Amino acid sequence: MAEVDNTALLQFLLRTGDNTLILGHRVSEWCGHAPILEEDIALANTALDLIGQTQLWLGYAAEVQGMGKSADDLAFLRDVWDFRNVLLVELPNGDFGQTLMRQFLFDAWHSIMLPRLAKGTDERVREIAQKAVKEVSYHVERSADTVVGLGDGTEESHARMQAALDYLYPYVGELFESDEVDAAMVDAGIAPDPASLRDEYDALVGRVMEKATLTVPDGSFAHKGGRTGRMHTEHLGHLVSSMQWLQRAYPGSEW
Amino acid sequence: MKNEWPLWEVFIRGQHGLAHRHVGSLHAPDAEMAIKNARDVYTRRNEGVSIWVVEARHIAATAPGEKGPLFEPSESKVYRHPTFFDIPEEVGHM
Amino acid sequence: MYAQMIKTARPGIKSREEMTDQEREFQDKIDNDIKIEPRDWMPEDYRKTLIRQIGQHAHSEVVGQLPEGNWITRAPTLERKAILLAKVQDEAGHGLYLYSAAETLGVTRDDLVERLHEGRMKYSSIFNYPTLNWADIGAVGWLVDGAAIINQVALQRTSYGPYSRAMVRICKEESFHARQGYHAIMKMAFGTPAQKKMAQDALNRLWFPSLMMFGPSDKDSVHSEQSMAWKIKVKTNDELRQQFVDQTVPQIEYLGLDLPDPGITWNEEREHYDFTDPDWNEFFDVLKGNGPCNTDRMRDRKAAWDDGQWVRDGLLAHARKKAAARVAAE
Repeated sequence: MAEVDNTALLQFLLRTGDNTLILGHRVSEWCGHAPILEEDIALANTALDLIGQTQLWLGYAAEVQGMGKSADDLAFLRDVWDFRNVLLVELPNGDFGQTLMRQFLFDAWHSIMLPRLAKGTDERVREIAQKAVKEVSYHVERSADTVVGLGDGTEESHARMQAALDYLYPYVGELFESDEVDAAMVDAGIAPDPASLRDEYDALVGRVMEKATLTVPDGSFAHKGGRTGRMHTEHLGHLVSSMQWLQRAYPGSEW
Repeated sequence: MKNEWPLWEVFIRGQHGLAHRHVGSLHAPDAEMAIKNARDVYTRRNEGVSIWVVEARHIAATAPGEKGPLFEPSESKVYRHPTFFDIPEEVGHM
Repeated sequence: MYAQMIKTARPGIKSREEMTDQEREFQDKIDNDIKIEPRDWMPEDYRKTLIRQIGQHAHSEVVGQLPEGNWITRAPTLERKAILLAKVQDEAGHGLYLYSAAETLGVTRDDLVERLHEGRMKYSSIFNYPTLNWADIGAVGWLVDGAAIINQVALQRTSYGPYSRAMVRICKEESFHARQGYHAIMKMAFGTPAQKKMAQDALNRLWFPSLMMFGPSDKDSVHSEQSMAWKIKVKTNDELRQQFVDQTVPQIEYLGLDLPDPGITWNEEREHYDFTDPDWNEFFDVLKGNGPCNTDRMRDRKAAWDDGQWVRDGLLAHARKKAAARVAAE
């Protein structure tokens, strides 16, 4: 196994932690506004799990960075161009169907990625992934059930879920992009090549969409730029400006 | 057609070895979702190792008026309780 | 409190002589602290009053998610965000437990929600006040939950079994709410001058609305007597309010904040703090719908409910299809 280069490891950890940070933030926006109390509570649980994972991923990222920063510094004091999450998770919630479709498309990937990380060579990554994998196996079960229920529900719910899938599907491809950071992770045995997860993902998503009576769109076009930081959507800036507002307006305070 | 999700009663086994206990109720479209909702609603603080759900309308119950005939007869059967019997100390623990 | 100004059918209480045998038996059970359970006989007015009270309490929990939820996306650290989210989620849970308790009285949750949205039921006046700075989140936990707990601890002894059990569960979960609030505001009060200013601002704005939570003074509270006799209410509004003031004043002093009411002084003779009454005209205005946030709160709750209709319908339709397919396969 190759010795891992810290710059690459940091990028990898930011990608992983920013995904959970931004998605957790989005899901938390639902609190108090969900279609029924039971769903409100369930969504908050998902968001709480993701925020908890963020603390671990970004905490480790800050250590690797070695500049004396904390997970909070990374979450609240970077600008948009330094975020490394995939575009999928920063998209606005839309209706409940779009939120749950995005959740499932992410959970499906997450549930395939994490068990690999849990068996990798980096002890810290392994520990975090082992904790997260239990949470995420529940997430994917729940979001899959909801996607199936709504896809195969009423005419209206079916139409809304198909629209959500059509809108979100072009953002799925980015999850399977590989670059030199991923190559370094593969060489060090820390993480798999994202591209190698695609078949398993397609099979899982295919099964669920079939039960949901939804059609996976043709076409392989993928919006990307999030995980490299090359180009985020306009939405991330708004998310970050409310998320970071207090830290920015009152720098150096303890909360 | 009435479209409220049915009401489910939730029973949770708090620890291995204990019986399931009624903890409350919730709404869900079906049993599978009821179990998931129960997990999310009633085990937020690590309260359970096993969940049962029963649709509320399937629970049969005693009527309050029958309390006398149902439960009072057992009050006179004190011999069912171990303290009813005096056993000499010499016999040891029983 | 979370249930304010609950109407009973008539002011005053029936004397024993006026009661039917059934009513007397019922009152005896209550006097002997025997809980009333869903299938037991109960006076129709007891049932109705309870539905109103538990329903209002449940609505308060759910509407109460909104002012605090207002800051979830702006929480200043990951830990604060998680704590706040878990707390607001608890409120949803408490709403759910209380709706469940109300449902044992023969009303459905949908029905209660509908009554709320049509303005036929109310929720606590406190949630019609805005949360304007981050210290409000601390102050809401500390003052609003602090006030609620005083009432809810007392209500654990309420006569209706399902309500009492819901209260036990809620109190157990709620004990962290006031503490996290105080902890958050401590950080502010002992922090930078700007943070301290936020803490003082939050305290000043939320103090009187918190006092209003206990409802009008006993002498103006015409419905209390019957509710007390039925042990639906366990302590009077004024008793609870005094308890709250007595417990909170030293906590304000510890924070080094200015008292929000110059009228607060220790009364040697009563061994309680004296304090200025809240402006009851403002209270009644808020109840009538003229609080700073009434319109927004109801708009948000209705939007959540209406926008969620297709979701509830969709999942139910799927469940029915599944059930039908299962039957067909058998």
